Amino acid sequence: MSTADSQSLAVAEAAAPVPPVSRSTRKFTARRIGTVPWWFVVPALVFFLFVVLWPSVQGAAYAFTNWDGLSATKDFVGLAQFERLLKDPGGVGAVVHTLLIAVAITVVQNLIGLLLALGVHSKIKSRNILRVALFTPAVITPVATGYLWKYLMTPDGAINQLLGFFGLGALQHDWLGDADIALWSIVATVVWQFAGYSMVIFLAGLQGVPEDVLEASRIDGAGPFRRFWYVVRPELAPAITINLMLSIIGGLKLFDQVWVMTSGGPGTSTDTMSTLIYKNAFQFGDFSYGIAMALVLTAFVAILSTAQYKLLGKQGGTK
Amino acid sequence: MNRYTWRTFILEAVMVLVGVLFFLPVYILVNLALKTPDDQSSPLSPVTNITFQNFSDAWSQANLGQALLTSAFVTVFSVLIIVAISALAAYPLARVTKRWSKWLFFVFMLGLLLPFQLALIPLYTTIRDLGLLGNPISLVLYYAGLQVPFSVFLYTGFIRAVPLDYEEAAAIDGAGPLRSFFSVIFPLVRPITGTVIILNVLHVWNDFLTPLLYLSGSNQQTVPVALFSFVSQYVSQWNLVFAGLVITIAPILIAYFAMQNTIIKGFASGLKG
Repeated sequence: MSTADSQSLAVAEAAAPVPPVSRSTRKFTARRIGTVPWWFVVPALVFFLFVVLWPSVQGAAYAFTNWDGLSATKDFVGLAQFERLLKDPGGVGAVVHTLLIAVAITVVQNLIGLLLALGVHSKIKSRNILRVALFTPAVITPVATGYLWKYLMTPDGAINQLLGFFGLGALQHDWLGDADIALWSIVATVVWQFAGYSMVIFLAGLQGVPEDVLEASRIDGAGPFRRFWYVVRPELAPAITINLMLSIIGGLKLFDQVWVMTSGGPGTSTDTMSTLIYKNAFQFGDFSYGIAMALVLTAFVAILSTAQYKLLGKQGGTK
Repeated sequence: MNRYTWRTFILEAVMVLVGVLFFLPVYILVNLALKTPDDQSSPLSPVTNITFQNFSDAWSQANLGQALLTSAFVTVFSVLIIVAISALAAYPLARVTKRWSKWLFFVFMLGLLLPFQLALIPLYTTIRDLGLLGNPISLVLYYAGLQVPFSVFLYTGFIRAVPLDYEEAAAIDGAGPLRSFFSVIFPLVRPITGTVIILNVLHVWNDFLTPLLYLSGSNQQTVPVALFSFVSQYVSQWNLVFAGLVITIAPILIAYFAMQNTIIKGFASGLKG
């Protein structure tokens, strides 16, 4: 309804008395629709403020103090905690590991998830059972999958046995005991667990790909890669966005699998922000140092999310 | 191209192989849990001499009965609260076009960006000062707040797509906002409620760090923490450990296999964007 319409309606209403029943009904609906009472948000807001927003603000403030979490006093120390972090090889290492994990998981998990989705979204007869089997790891408790893979990756575990069986003995490793590859072994575990998660989200996106357009482009001679890029990919854009968001967030906060499989070791080669924050705050009582790390992590999350939003926003990633 | 060609067959073979590889660790897990500790055969070779001793040992030694009860309590109440408050909050956020509504939605979305590590320590001290450490209720409170942003995000998007006509009809029939929420909106958004429930049940049931912090030292543990302390004790007795793992993932796996179609569809329908 244009402004002119509503104005003339208002004028007409004021000028000529409208039958009371219809008039009150119209006003009544107009008032009801669009004015859902504001207090509906209050319960959610209270929980959210108490659990997320207020502690985050507190955290941001504590990062500039020397609070140990127990004593009543705390002094403002400025950027001292951040300077400590910069000079602490373990701290810098944890930041680097966390970013490596987040990027590696995001790329590999989504690539595999996409390939699995394309494979399952086809005429193959086993597609339904495959969908169920591939998603199964995603529902298992990460602590349990961590232990499972810790066992599989022991020097005489199933992975090395399988490699030996296929004559690939040269590829055998102490997967979690070797500081150079332990981080990637953890990444592999996480990718195994959540590739099916990405797959299911991609599959839902693939349902929206128009069959006739695909068929037409095939007749016009477009190869599988061009068909994917020009027909399938645009339909997948929302699924790509949500998948990237979930895996970046998941990667940046990774704790369970690391804690169970290596506890950050060997040495500090697999320490992440989460394990180091946990160690510093709850094992060493160094609360504000842990919080300073969390604040740095927050900055990274903000930068990565903005970058992803900008990048995907351009190609119409958010519907 | 709707025929089953030799290309389809090759794809089928490759995909089945990939599926088997993906499922292999789960097979090893169950296989090993059924073997006796002195069985020296490869973890890949099928069990010949099935024993359930590992399961009863793990059950009693890890106090898993208690852990399953605590986890069930925390999961059920957290998810009930999350669904109720998120759906309710999403209704005005989706319908009201005023500025406060847009700002509030933005504030909730900020919660998606804030890593939980930042709030972790200050919230821990608050819970401690409230005397709730060791009490599973602290976890219910925590998840109810933590999971609000994502759930509100899903609900708001879904409610926006629901045509206004139904609410108009309800309003004409004299329904107030609460009535139209419960009788019109909530039933209409059932698919997204399914997604919200599935995602939150998985998150709450599987979460490890928070219960490790909030319940440490108490005799009420959730499943992942009970598992953790159990494995720390029996570190190299893998048959026993795996029996424990199987017991704890069984409820969620059974629920998953029983409702796999609903779960996979519900999971994706809310997330594809």
